[in-house]
Amino acid sequence: MNAVPKYDSLIFNEAALKLRTHRQEILANNLANSDTPGFKARDIDFAKNLEEQLSGKARSPNSILLATTHLAHISIKPSPDDPNLLYRIPSQPSMDGNSVDSDVELSQFTKNSVFTEAALTFLGGTIRSRMSAITGQPS
Amino acid sequence: MSLLSSFDIGATGLSAQALRLNLTASNIANVESVSGPDGRTYRARHVEFSAINKPNAPGAGVAVTKIYESESPLRRQYSPGHPKADALGYVDMPNVNPVEEMVNMISASRSYQMNVEAMNVSRQLLLKTLDLGK
Repeated sequence: MNAVPKYDSLIFNEAALKLRTHRQEILANNLANSDTPGFKARDIDFAKNLEEQLSGKARSPNSILLATTHLAHISIKPSPDDPNLLYRIPSQPSMDGNSVDSDVELSQFTKNSVFTEAALTFLGGTIRSRMSAITGQPS
Repeated sequence: MSLLSSFDIGATGLSAQALRLNLTASNIANVESVSGPDGRTYRARHVEFSAINKPNAPGAGVAVTKIYESESPLRRQYSPGHPKADALGYVDMPNVNPVEEMVNMISASRSYQMNVEAMNVSRQLLLKTLDLGK
C-alpha cells in the first residue's frame, strides 16, 4: 500500500473546501426552493468533482460544446447550466413536480457542513504545522 | 464566495415564506369579509413561487413572482336579512378554505425554519473560516 498521499495536504484541503462550500450553496438553494412548483433538486458528485479539480480536468460549461467542422454546421451557445450539476432522484413523487425532499436535503446539508468543518480543521492544522516548521517554535 | 451566497439564498427563502405566512394570516382574518375596499367579496390570496436562475451559479434562491386571487367559487350563505344579500337571500362569502390555510401555514413555517437552520450553519462555518490557521 502506498502510504504517501497523492496530493499535498494544503492543495487537497483547499480544493475540498472550495467544493464543499460550492455544494453548500447548491443544497441551500434546494432548501430555499422546497415549495417551488416544478423545481428539481440538484447536487454534485463530490468525489468525482474533487478528483477532476485536483487533476486539473475540471469541466466548464464550454467543455460540452459541439465541434463545428463544416460550414453548414450550426454552432450552439454554451449551456448556462453547469455540466457537473446533477438531478437528485426523488424517492416519492409530488403533485407539483417539485423533487425536493426536505429531509434528504437537510441531512445532506448537515453532513456537508460537518465535512466542511473537517476540511477547515485539517487546513488549519496544516497551516499551523508549517508555521511551526518555518519559525522553529512549537505552536 | 459560496458560503456568503448561501446566506443570500437563505434570505430569499425567508422573505418568500414570510410573505406566504402573511397571506395566510390575511386570508384567515378575512374569512368572513363580505366586502373589501373595492366593494367585492374578499377572495383567498396565494403566492406563486419560482426559482431564481443566475448564470454561472447553481441557483440563486426563490422569488415570489405573483400573488394571485383564488378562482374557486365563492361560498354562498343563506341569510336573507343581510344587507349584501341578493334577491334569493344568499350572500357571497369569501372562498377562503380554512383547512388549506392551516396546511399552508404549517408548510410555510417549516420551510422558514429550514432556511433559518441553513443560514445558522453557514454562519458557523464562516466564523470558523475566519479563524483559519490560528
